Amino acid sequence: MVQTFDPKSDYKVVGTRPIRHDGLEKVTGRAVYGADVKVPGLIWGEVLRSPHAHARIKSIDTSEAEKAPGVFAVVTNADFPAPRSGEIDTGEDVVNFERDTKNLLAKDKVLYKGHAVAAVAASDRNTALEATKLIKVEYEQLTPVRNVDEAMAADAPILLEDLVGDHLGEDVKDTNVARHFRHEFGDLERGFAESDLVVEETFTLQMVHQGYIEPHNATAIWDESGHVTAWSSTQGMFAVRDQTAGMLRIPESQVTVHPVEIGGGFGGKTKVYLAPVAAMLSKKSNGRPVKMVMDRNSVFEASGPAPGGKITVKMGVSNDGKIKAVHSDLRYEAGAFPGSAIGAGAICVHACYNIPNSRIDGYDVVVNKPKSAAYRAPGSPQAAFAIEQVVDEICDQKGWDKLQFRLDNASTEGTRRGDGVMFGSIGLIETLEAARDSDHWNSPLGEPAPGKLRGRGVASGYWMNGGNKSTVDLMLQDDGSVALNEGSADIGGTRASIAMQAAEVLGLPAEDVHPYIPSTDSIGFTATTGGSRTTYATGYAAWEAANDLIKQMSERAAILWGIDAADVQFDAGRFSSGSDPELSIGFKDLARRIGDTGGPLSATSSVNLAAAGAAYAVNICDLEIDPETGKTDVVRYTAVQDVGTAIHPSYAEGQIQGGAVQGLGWALNEEYFISDDGSMANHTFLDYRMPTSLDMPMIETIMVEVPNPLHPFGVRGVGEVPLAPPLPAAANAVKDAIGKRIVDHPVKPGRIIEALSD
Amino acid sequence: MHPFAYVAPKTVDEAVAVLEKHGERARPIAGGTDLLVQARGGRFDLDAVVDIKKIPELVSIKNDDSGLEFGAAVPCYQLYENPELSAEYPGLMDAASLIGGIQIQSRAGLGGNLCNSTPSGDGICPLIVHYGTAVIAGPSGRRELPVEDFCTGPGRNDLKQGEMLVSLKFPKPSSTFGAAYERFIPRNEMDIAVAGVAASVELDSGGNIAKARVALCAVGPTPILAEAAGAALVGKSADDEAAIEAAGAAAAEAASPISDMRGTVEQRKHLVDVLTKRMVKKAVERARS
Repeated sequence: MVQTFDPKSDYKVVGTRPIRHDGLEKVTGRAVYGADVKVPGLIWGEVLRSPHAHARIKSIDTSEAEKAPGVFAVVTNADFPAPRSGEIDTGEDVVNFERDTKNLLAKDKVLYKGHAVAAVAASDRNTALEATKLIKVEYEQLTPVRNVDEAMAADAPILLEDLVGDHLGEDVKDTNVARHFRHEFGDLERGFAESDLVVEETFTLQMVHQGYIEPHNATAIWDESGHVTAWSSTQGMFAVRDQTAGMLRIPESQVTVHPVEIGGGFGGKTKVYLAPVAAMLSKKSNGRPVKMVMDRNSVFEASGPAPGGKITVKMGVSNDGKIKAVHSDLRYEAGAFPGSAIGAGAICVHACYNIPNSRIDGYDVVVNKPKSAAYRAPGSPQAAFAIEQVVDEICDQKGWDKLQFRLDNASTEGTRRGDGVMFGSIGLIETLEAARDSDHWNSPLGEPAPGKLRGRGVASGYWMNGGNKSTVDLMLQDDGSVALNEGSADIGGTRASIAMQAAEVLGLPAEDVHPYIPSTDSIGFTATTGGSRTTYATGYAAWEAANDLIKQMSERAAILWGIDAADVQFDAGRFSSGSDPELSIGFKDLARRIGDTGGPLSATSSVNLAAAGAAYAVNICDLEIDPETGKTDVVRYTAVQDVGTAIHPSYAEGQIQGGAVQGLGWALNEEYFISDDGSMANHTFLDYRMPTSLDMPMIETIMVEVPNPLHPFGVRGVGEVPLAPPLPAAANAVKDAIGKRIVDHPVKPGRIIEALSD
Repeated sequence: MHPFAYVAPKTVDEAVAVLEKHGERARPIAGGTDLLVQARGGRFDLDAVVDIKKIPELVSIKNDDSGLEFGAAVPCYQLYENPELSAEYPGLMDAASLIGGIQIQSRAGLGGNLCNSTPSGDGICPLIVHYGTAVIAGPSGRRELPVEDFCTGPGRNDLKQGEMLVSLKFPKPSSTFGAAYERFIPRNEMDIAVAGVAASVELDSGGNIAKARVALCAVGPTPILAEAAGAALVGKSADDEAAIEAAGAAAAEAASPISDMRGTVEQRKHLVDVLTKRMVKKAVERARS
C-alpha cells in the first residue's frame, strides 16, 4: 500500500537556499575527481580502438605489445570469462552481460568506430598508448549501417547474427530491429475519420552526446585475495560494482567501488566502459593498480550518446479544437547493441495530451554507432521534437492559440497515458497556465535588428520520474550535528537536497547535517542517480531515517525525565513533555546527554518506491534569425516547470536552466555527423557544436509547485523534464520566424538557408 | 606520443640549423595552440620542437612610415592592444581579436596561423587583403613571398626543409584604406569558420574604389585571393550596389568548397556571396572614417 501525504508549505529548511555542502571543496579545486585518484604503485591503461565502423575481427596479435619495455599486461575479450547469456535479472537491474562484455571489448566483430578491441597496462600513459600501436588486428571490413532506414532496409547488413528480434510478439531472425512493440487503445481509424484536419509529418534526428566535461575514468586493483577495489566517477557506484562483478564473474561482495566526484553525467555515466578492463589489467599485472581515463575522441566515439532516429506523427483534430486520434511511429537508434530509450520515448510521446484514440509503434534498431545510453529524460526530447511540431503545425493551420489548444487537450489525473497507464496527480494544467500568464508570453516579440527575422515557439514536455531503492544512514554526533551517509551519487546538488530534508525533520539548519557518500561496502544498496529519482527517493529515506532518529531521541528524553516516551513531543527543534511544561530540552542539549542515556544513536532507512510523481514542463523560446546566413540567436527563453516542491530552489532552477541550454544546443547545432564510412566526423568539441555561455541569454525560470502526494514534502524529480521541450520550442520558433518548418534535426543554419531558398 | 627534445635557440640561424637537421620531425613552436593539439592527436611524430619565442626578431613589432613588420611569434593580443596598429590595420585586428578566446590570443599569433595553413585559418585572408608578405629564413638565406602564395594545400605551404617564417610585412595603408574580415560560424565564439571573407578597398580622391582585394577562407584547399571579385570593384563608386553584387557573385564563383560536417557546397558559396558584400561595405565604411 502506497502511503500518501498532504504536504504543507510552512517549512524552515525546505525551500531555502543554503550554500551547498560540497561547494567549498569544488570551488577550491580540492574535490577529488576520477582523474585525480592516486594510489601507490599506480600504472596506466590505454585502449586500442577500432578504426572501422563495421568489421569482422579475423585475428588479434598482441605479442609485440606484450614484449614492449614498460608494458605489464595486454587484455582482449578472450581474457574475460564466458559471460552468463541472455537477459539477467541481477535483482537490481536487467542486464545482458554477453552483450555488455562485447561492448567492453569487441569479440568477433567491431560494431562502431572507436569500439574497444584491446587494452594495455604500462608504466605510464604514453608507454601504454604507444604499445597499443604494436597490437596487430586483422579486419574484414563490412558495410556500415548508419541509420534506421539503412538498418531496416530489406537487404541490410546484419549487425548481430545471434539477435532474435521481438516483432509484435513474433521471434524474427536476421534483423536489425531488436524490438517492435505497440501501445494502442480506442479506434484509431474512426478517430481519423472523425477529424476535420489530419496532419502527418516525418522527422529525422541525429545522435547527440551529453557532453559532460569530465571523461570516463576508472582505477582498479584486483588484489591477491581476489578482491577488486575500484574508483570511478559514476552516477551509480552500485551499478559499477554489479556490472564489474558480472563481467568478471565474481560475487558482488568481492568488488568495492569508491565513488569520486563526477564532472557531469546527464545519464551518460550510468554504464561501465573501463572498470572491468582496469581490473583485468590489474590482475594480469600482478595486482598493480591500473588507472584509465578516456580522451575526448573516445568519449564521443565510444561512450553512450542519445539515440537519433526517425519519427512519424499523424494527428487528427476536430474543428472545435479537440484531438481525435494520434498515431506515432518511433524508430530509435540503439547503437551497436539493443536497448535504446525507445520504451521511455513511447511512454512520453503522447503524455501531454488526452487522446481518445491512440497508437504508438516503437522500434529499437541496432546501427553501427556507439551503444546509446541515457541522456536526461531519455527518449522524450526526440519524441517531443516530433509531436510538438505537429501540434504547432495544426495550430498554425487552424489559427488556434498554441497554449489554449494545449490546455484544451491537456492530460489530467485519470487521463490514460499512451502506454495505457492512468495518470495520478499531475500538474500539466497548472504549468500551461503559468506559461500563459507569464510575462514572456504576454510580451511582444520585439523588433528584430535590421534585416533579421524573429519568431516565438512554445512546446511542452513530459517525464515520468523514478522511484526505486535508496538508503540513508544518520548518525547523531555529540555536538548535536548529524552525519548523513547516502548511497546516491551527487550529480546535481543532491547532497544539499537530501541533507535539507533530514534537517527539516530534525529541526536543524541545513549546515548541521553533513552529507557523505561512502563506498559500496559502507551503505545499503542504492540505485543509480537517474530517472530524476534521487531527491525524491533518497530524500524519502532521509525523511524516514530522521523521523526514526527523533523517535529514538524522544525515548532518551523520556529516560532523562523518567516519564513515558509517549509523553514526549518534538517541535521546532525542542523535545518537551506533553504533560509537564517544565520538561523541555533542545535538540543539541539532548544530543550531549545521549551518552548518559544509553549510548550512541543512529538511524537507517532503506526504501523501495514503486511510484513517483510525474513532471511537466512548458518552454517559450524567442529566436532572431539572419535570413542571409541562417545564424540563429536565442533572444529570450522562459522555462516553466512543475517541480512539486522545490527543496533547494536554486538547484531546481539550475536543473531547469541547464536543461534549456542543453536542449537548445541539441535543437540548433549538435549532432553526430556520420561520414560515408560510418565514422563520426566531428568527434571534438571544436566541431561538435555545443553552445557556450556566449550563445545563451539568461534562461528565465518559473517554478510551479503542485506537490506530489507520494512524497512527504511533495517532491517531484526535476532533473530530466527540462530537456524535453527545448527541441520543439526552438524548432517552432524557427517556423514562426521564417515561415518554413524544418523537420530534420538539427535545425542548423544551413537548413534554414535551404528552407528559405525553396 | 614519443618523448621529444625542446630546443630554444637565440637566433634565426640556430633555429634554421635545428629545423634543417630534423626535417619533418621538427617543428617551430610559438603559442603551440595548434602544434601541441596536433601532436597529441597523433597527426605527426616529433623529435624536436623549436621554441622561437627566445629570438628577439621573432617577437618584435616595427611600425613606421614604410609599413608594419611583426615577428612570426607575436601573439594576437599584442596587435589588438596596440591602438596605433588597430587604427591602421583594421583587417588584421578583426582576425587577431576573433581567433580563440583571451587565453588563446595571449599565446597564438597570426604567424602561426599562417604556418598551420588550414583553409579555415581566420588569420590568413586578412593578411592577404592587407597585401602582406611573408619573410622566410632557410639554409640558403632569406626570401620573401606574397601571403596569397604561401599556402599550397590543406595544412601544406611553401616552406622547404629547414625553412621557417620570420616575420610578416605590410605596406603602410593610405588614409583612405579600409579592410574587414568576418567568418560565418553557427555559434558566437570558439568555433571554426564555415566560410570567411576578408575585403579591403582604397578610395581615390573622387570616392571611387582605386584598389580592392577580396580573399576567401574555408571554401577551398587553401585561402583564396578572389581577383575577379576585387576587379569588379575597381574604378566603381564605393556605393555602387551593382558593383558590390558583382563582387559577391565573382567571389562565390571563385570559391571551390566541399561538403563536410561544417557546411555544404551550396551553403558555403552562398555565404561567400553574402559575406563578400558585407565585408566590402564594411571596408568602405572604415576607409571613409
